[in-house]
Amino acid sequence: MAVSTDEKREVRVAESSYDIAKIRSDFPILQMERAGKPLVYLDNAATAQTPNAVIDALTRYYTCENANVHRGVHYLSQTATTRYEDARKKIANFFHAPVGCEIIFTRGATEAINLVASSYGEAHVGEGDEIIISHLEHHSNIVPWQILCERKGAKLRVIPINDAGEMILEEYEAMLSPRTKIVAVNHVSNALGTINPVETIIELAHAQGVPVLLDGAQAAPHMPVDLKALNCDFYAFSAHKVYGPTGIGCLYGNAKLLNAMPPYQSGGDMIMSVSFEKTTYNSLPYRFEAGTPNIADAIAFGAALDYLSAIGMAEIAAYEQELLAYGTEALQEVKGLELIGTAKHKAGVLSFVMEHAHPHDIGQLLDDENIAIRAGHHCAQPVMQRYGVPATARASLGMYNTREEIDAMVEALHKVNKVFA
Amino acid sequence: MCSSRALYEEVILDHNKKPRNFYPMEDADHTIEGFNPLCGDHFTIYLKLNGEIIQEISFHGAGCAISKSSASVMTTLLKGKTVKEAEKLFEHFHHMITSATDAELDDKTLGKLMVFSGVREYPVRIKCATLAWHALISGLHGEGKAPVSTE
Ligand SMILES: Cc1ncc(COP(=O)(O)O)c(C=O)c1O
Repeated sequence: MAVSTDEKREVRVAESSYDIAKIRSDFPILQMERAGKPLVYLDNAATAQTPNAVIDALTRYYTCENANVHRGVHYLSQTATTRYEDARKKIANFFHAPVGCEIIFTRGATEAINLVASSYGEAHVGEGDEIIISHLEHHSNIVPWQILCERKGAKLRVIPINDAGEMILEEYEAMLSPRTKIVAVNHVSNALGTINPVETIIELAHAQGVPVLLDGAQAAPHMPVDLKALNCDFYAFSAHKVYGPTGIGCLYGNAKLLNAMPPYQSGGDMIMSVSFEKTTYNSLPYRFEAGTPNIADAIAFGAALDYLSAIGMAEIAAYEQELLAYGTEALQEVKGLELIGTAKHKAGVLSFVMEHAHPHDIGQLLDDENIAIRAGHHCAQPVMQRYGVPATARASLGMYNTREEIDAMVEALHKVNKVFA
Repeated sequence: MCSSRALYEEVILDHNKKPRNFYPMEDADHTIEGFNPLCGDHFTIYLKLNGEIIQEISFHGAGCAISKSSASVMTTLLKGKTVKEAEKLFEHFHHMITSATDAELDDKTLGKLMVFSGVREYPVRIKCATLAWHALISGLHGEGKAPVSTE
């Protein structure tokens, strides 16, 4: 990494005000040991660990706030409703959602994308229309669009990537046409860590009046996300990637577009009035939240964002960037190791293959050292195909990882070579 | 690095590094593909049968140390065996690696396959160890051309 001395100094400053010991102590799972070896958790892109603040919010909810929302006049129901709606506000604030936009609770990024593919797709996509995605997508931002295309006789167009794992924007620009109905791409790639040039992607699409959905599942944990500045039409994310609980996430959307979309699921909460002759739907965001929502996890998601705000996303991003640079360099020492994904702009993902060891075997030996990485295709098989590998080993960084943990991984990788080379 | 030592026996590491009968057989009369989509393992098994007897057997492809060495050991065991004997051996093998970790094993019938007994401690790796075998057995049963998947 070519980092100028000035930049290095800046990073040091950021690091020194970043109380890593305190942060680590906030996460009970990081205190766990297996066979006397401390946990080195480097699978944050799959799911991140939860701090006490989140666990406490869940306990508090079930201990003294549990009731159904938007229904009762009693005290508990009102408390639960207030907490649930407060969480929605916290999320909107955290992501700098502009007025005229909505936060809809979903099960996660996957459901948020499915909601748009199914509902927006139903209303606006027809035969001969085109949908643009990229070669870098998670399966959850491929398959819903494929199914939509099949249903409607539309065509899926795919932005290619270069050898570094960056989208080729010239090709994208040439792809946009009056037939394009929506562009759906990831903000940060889970398989390679590439930070995509979403500002340009949005600008080019908007110039043609085409809305853009961003899959922000991997961006949210690693950098400040300003939805007002981004000006995208939809943004999908999951709480469990941002140190929150599983089973909850959000679709952020432009109210004008959402209002013109048919319901996704139907039932209680999403209606204003029901009779056998006619049903009137509720207003946003409730129109897209059928049934009793995941109240506890929504509130705990809010607690996770409070926790992150107190530390500062810019500080977390700076710390992780420094760690990524350190890790990238440290991995060069390992014989026969090749990094997959070397984009100029990357978030904390180190995806790699080794000459003599299959990713599965690498993961197994690292697990002996209580080091958790992921081995596989990372729900991004087209990315694997692009590089001609069946799978990669992937270490993905979080706010609590340290240089010592990277060193432990590198040492274990040397051992992998000893066993297999 | 102690615990998965039981998994990565020397014999396994050796077959992984120097797989036996590892080549595409041009004039095979059976070729069967085996996939494990989860980890991307992909092998092709090649066979030449003389009536009921496996006259030639080879394999080619890529996969983890467990799936590759298992395929390699399989080819060394089955050359010259009858189809019935192959099926019987797979039965023993399958029974062994899906048995409880403290179950007693009959090393007389298992022979060389005993090196895979460590797989019992790693349930997610059973699919790796049986990939080539599943492909072979389905090929012997002539179950169409569909590739076999252990997912
Ligand atoms: C880039 C990306 N998009 C979408 C998802 C899907 O998230 P979830 O499984 O939480 O719905 C993931 C999770 O792995 C992801 O990394």
